[in-house]
Amino acid sequence: MNIQSCVEVRNEWDIVKARQEGRNIAKELGFGSVDQARITTAISELARNIYLYAGKGRIEISNLDSSGKIGLRIIASDDGPGIKDIRKVMEDGFTTSGGLGAGLPGVKRLMDEFSIDSKENEGTEIITTKWLR
Amino acid sequence: MRIPILKLHEYLLITIQVDLDDKTALQFQEDLLEKIHNTGAKGVVIDLTSVDMIDSFIAKVLGDVVRMSNLMGAKVVLTGIQPAVAITLIDLGIMLKNVPTALDLEQGLDKLKQELGG
Repeated sequence: MNIQSCVEVRNEWDIVKARQEGRNIAKELGFGSVDQARITTAISELARNIYLYAGKGRIEISNLDSSGKIGLRIIASDDGPGIKDIRKVMEDGFTTSGGLGAGLPGVKRLMDEFSIDSKENEGTEIITTKWLR
Repeated sequence: MRIPILKLHEYLLITIQVDLDDKTALQFQEDLLEKIHNTGAKGVVIDLTSVDMIDSFIAKVLGDVVRMSNLMGAKVVLTGIQPAVAITLIDLGIMLKNVPTALDLEQGLDKLKQELGG
């Protein structure tokens, strides 16, 4: 695994920057236009969550090559307040910010693998992967 | 960054050709409502042909601006949503219910004409 891109998310512009990096890397790895859109959208949701709830954090995008399978991994991490009830944020339609509540369950559906680790007052780390088919 | 809004007879036409950031999207919402108010436009077409990603925030802004415009008495049609964007929106669980859409600008204008009765 080698890190291809690391974007510090501190403002709205960084959300755009992170998803543009994601699209470029997805394209480079050979993902088709639909998966490019899925990956870009997932990054946008994750980056926005960092900006909205933690204030700042980072999006790391790396490529994976495991026994011939090519993948793209996104790691979204922050040192923010953490998520109190992970089960709740994974429910469709749950929101504390007046959004659509589609973010995290949506990201899980857009990607192939998804894991979330969060501790109150310490931060959140989300790791999600898309495999090239 | 401001998104240009063109007036054509009683319609307003918008083609979104930039990678939308949150501020630009919200500014556009305000600009469009202001323009509807100032021009008395009856119909609006927002063309998304060049938009290659719509996340939940942008979807919310678009859905909201359609409803806000309706409150002011203007009909809005979204046109040109790309296949990849449509697939991604459904994956995300966003249906954009009650938001009128059409394949392209031409069909969008036809739809508005029909709804506005000529």
